[in-house]
Amino acid sequence: MTRPGSRAARPALRTLPGDDVRQIMWRYAERYDLQMLVQAARSVARGLVARLVAEGARHTHEWTEAKARMLEAFDEAGLTAVYIDPAYGGYIEGPKNLALALVAFELAWVDAGAATASLATALALAPIHERGTEEQKQRYMSLAVPAPGRPPWRGAFCLTEPIPYVGVETGLLSGKARVAEWPEDGEPILEVTKRGRFITNMGFANFVTAAVDSGDERIQGSCMVILEESDPGIFDRGTPARKLVHQLSSTADPVFALRVPASRIVGGYTVRDGVLVPNYDHAEIIEAVFRRTRVTVGLMTAAKLLSAVEPLIRYHRERFRGGEAVAPGTPRYELGLQQREDVLHRLVDIWATGEAAASLGFAAARLFDELDPLERQKDAILASRGVRGGLAAFKALRNSQKDALELIALEAAPEDRRNQARLEELSSDPLVRFLMLDAVANVLCPAAKLWNTGHGANMMREAVSLMGGYGITEDCPGFLGYKWMDAQLEATYEGPEAVQRRQLSVTMTNEIFLAQFRAWITEMRRIASRRPGTGACALASAMSLWLWTLEHLEKARDADGVKLFQGSRHGVVFPLADALAWLVAVRAQILDLVELAEKGPQNPAVAEGLEGLLAFFTDLAHAHVVRAASEVGRICATLVFGYNRHPAWDDPSAPACYREEELASIEGLIPGIAAYATESEALRADGSHPAKAGPCVRFEGLEDFTRLRAKLDGCLTGGQLAKDRAARALTQVMIPAALDYPA
Amino acid sequence: MNLSFHIVVCAGIVPDPLQTLEPVIGDSGPALKNEMLLPAVLDPWAAHALYEAAHLARGHAGSKVWLVSLSPRAKLQQVMMTVAQKAPFELVALDGPAGGFTDSAEVAGALAAAIEAIPGLDRSRLLLFGGWESAARGAGTTLAMVGERLGIFDQFQGVDELRVEPDGSLRILERVEGGRHQISRCAGPPAVLGWATGSLAEPPNQPQLGMQNMRTILPALQRAQSVALPAAELRFVRVALPSQQRQTRIVRDVAAEEVAREIVDWIRG
Ligand SMILES: Cc1cc2nc3c(=O)[nH]c(=O)nc-3n(C[C@H](O)[C@H](O)[C@H](O)COP(=O)(O)OP(=O)(O)OC[C@H]3O[C@@H](n4cnc5c(N)ncnc54)[C@H](O)[C@@H]3O)c2cc1C
Repeated sequence: MTRPGSRAARPALRTLPGDDVRQIMWRYAERYDLQMLVQAARSVARGLVARLVAEGARHTHEWTEAKARMLEAFDEAGLTAVYIDPAYGGYIEGPKNLALALVAFELAWVDAGAATASLATALALAPIHERGTEEQKQRYMSLAVPAPGRPPWRGAFCLTEPIPYVGVETGLLSGKARVAEWPEDGEPILEVTKRGRFITNMGFANFVTAAVDSGDERIQGSCMVILEESDPGIFDRGTPARKLVHQLSSTADPVFALRVPASRIVGGYTVRDGVLVPNYDHAEIIEAVFRRTRVTVGLMTAAKLLSAVEPLIRYHRERFRGGEAVAPGTPRYELGLQQREDVLHRLVDIWATGEAAASLGFAAARLFDELDPLERQKDAILASRGVRGGLAAFKALRNSQKDALELIALEAAPEDRRNQARLEELSSDPLVRFLMLDAVANVLCPAAKLWNTGHGANMMREAVSLMGGYGITEDCPGFLGYKWMDAQLEATYEGPEAVQRRQLSVTMTNEIFLAQFRAWITEMRRIASRRPGTGACALASAMSLWLWTLEHLEKARDADGVKLFQGSRHGVVFPLADALAWLVAVRAQILDLVELAEKGPQNPAVAEGLEGLLAFFTDLAHAHVVRAASEVGRICATLVFGYNRHPAWDDPSAPACYREEELASIEGLIPGIAAYATESEALRADGSHPAKAGPCVRFEGLEDFTRLRAKLDGCLTGGQLAKDRAARALTQVMIPAALDYPA
Repeated sequence: MNLSFHIVVCAGIVPDPLQTLEPVIGDSGPALKNEMLLPAVLDPWAAHALYEAAHLARGHAGSKVWLVSLSPRAKLQQVMMTVAQKAPFELVALDGPAGGFTDSAEVAGALAAAIEAIPGLDRSRLLLFGGWESAARGAGTTLAMVGERLGIFDQFQGVDELRVEPDGSLRILERVEGGRHQISRCAGPPAVLGWATGSLAEPPNQPQLGMQNMRTILPALQRAQSVALPAAELRFVRVALPSQQRQTRIVRDVAAEEVAREIVDWIRG
């Protein structure tokens, strides 16, 4: 038998994973509609979009005819209508989070600006889709569907405002709605003023969903309103932003001063005591919108990372071919730069990041596909009980929260010792299911946005640097330089990293999430016992350490007695959120690997190369878990120790300061202690002390932490061997003769 | 006069041409390295035939297109995710080996039997389409043999254009040497047309159309009979790469004349 980690021959990675492999891993092997959508998006991306980028279409800030042609190609290929329900002219049934995620992924494989351009109308429609009235849905969804002889309406989503107003802080609205006319027995007419900053699609949008606050006593609070280009007043598209990124999309700073009927308030309104009360404020709507659309943004960066693999292997392998002294058959000819370990190891890191980012993003997208109908069911149930509004709904769900925790415990219990009837009863309760999925979605979405784009952007820099000088030229195969820069926008728009970290710092403490997180630790150990090489066990140890740290920090105070775990203490909660993002990312990577191992053999086209592919993905996951575990260990240790004051020689209360004589007296009890401690801990008779900052830190109360940390360090065993094997696989894998898009 | 056709397009699948294609000797004879793992496409010559078929059917109400393919089912299914978006057709799938190292006589036998079994196929209106050769084998033998077995003796190869005259006769342009065409006239179906490139561009993907097609394609894939090609008579004496090796280079900002000149130089060696 081959021991894990031994250098004995393992089945080789034969080709790069193809569609049939991805369909299994990302769970759309049974969704032919999505498989076709992927092909449709790919043909536009690697055809027209790639040609536009190669021809230099990114070098203008203006909206050009060439860029407009791209939108027409999206219309023709069915991409524009993906978002629309069949009732309004679309063609994909049911929730569309995974569908949009796949489109974003395919387009961003070549150029993320194209992905942004294709999704921006969906973002503009999202407030209407999530909270709009039936009439609003009917009108705008139908208009957004391409139809023969009529160009579809395109939209823009306008939240961000010029400095000093809305950015990360979405409550600082200067845009206003006032009542311009209120005819008796008639619909009020609103005067809407709004300036936008960095608004996508603005160069050509036919309608805009804009966030505004009340500027009038007769309107209560904020809302979102729909503006149309033909509304009376000013609809000024503004000047294009001078972006360094995503130049295939249109971005401008518009100005609006328009009169619109109050029926344009997204989700409608009621009138109470002569005051117009919007049914939804802008904050509630944007929360519902962003929690879905942020996942697709995360997938854009994932696509770039995975798209870098083939060009990098080709560049490295062929680096010295053609030179006079380099003959075919020699290692220098056949392997080129792939003879160098560093090149291979860094590419392993890039590939692993891409895998985990894609796995996490698609897992989140699928989760929302599951959650969407449950959310509507929950709303209907609550409405039937007469419950409306955030706080009332929260209270009404309290009982279901207990049920959810009970269900999670039942699910984790051994099958033969649990109350099966109760388990079934609870699992079929839509409110319970909703709460469970919602708690996870509230973590996976910000984690995917944060980790994929933030860490992903750093790893894109790695990819660029592995391409040498070419990396930072327009001629770089695979447009890696552009992709690196573009990743920075993905890390910024729809809420920069701080926003995601803020959200995580709240949602990661949700009891229902944490109960499921505990179950995931067990799940990873079980996977590890079936598939020891995946690193799942080390991941479970890292998860345990994180959980311990969270629970500790929630109670702990710093050296000055100030509570550590508070939303405003970014130095505490943000790194902890980052650590969680690492954990959920590699967990998703492992789960997709397990799925491939289980389902792959059923497809003959996958089965043939499966052994080698699984061996590679297993090593890749293992190496990546080790990277994640190191991050988590580092972050947890920093937080657990970093807020305590270091013992000092002159601190009389410091328990570590004892004198040499005292040590000598206990030498009789603990032989050897004097020799050890004199060096490091003891004050000498003359009051001097060893040349260091102070006595070493004691771990009182933190023994569990040090035990878990030491255990985790041990769990890193084998990770580098796995990385070496994955690196070797990169030297053997067959790649296509040429990239399938011009660059 | 009924000017509608029953068009049967025979099409295999081949590895995507941008892949690395490396001949190897496997357990069961010559093969392409990792062929089963490489992404596949509809054989490009036959794909042109399919676009021409769809075009012809669109112009003649009452016409219908079938696509008959003998290929590994799992791979064919992947290929259908693109091809089903290009044109309306009904699939007849046979599950068996594809590629350049099968015996074209056996392949032709299996295809002819499958075509004979198509319910409702009117042989008097049959136009048998396919590629004049395959990108896998390049021998140009299969389609002719399918035609023979179906008893269709009006055969045209290297077709670039088909025009249906008002009297129902067919005017066909076949490629001959020197970049010229031979013009033939044929009284009408049944006929065999082995297409070269035709003149139609590849249609854009239309997922909506694909989803309609899928309603019949999926059951056809599930029904696909498995076909063994024992190739008892077949012996490969020698397998070698062509002396002209492919060199793929992707260029931009280069004029078409410049590209053409470079290709000519390359062919001359
Ligand atoms: C190309 C492009 C397209 C865009 N498209 C749209 C669009 O279609 N519609 C739209 O409405 N907007 C759009 N935006 C705007 C985008 O969403 C904002 O730029 C983004 O939300 C950040 O806002 P800001 O630039 O004002 O950053 P600021 O709010 O100034 O924040 C800057 C940085 O300060 C820190 N920070 C700020 N507040 C906090 C806090 N509370 N806690 C911790 N740290 C904090 C963070 O590090 C943050 O990254 C787009 C932007 C670009 C560049």
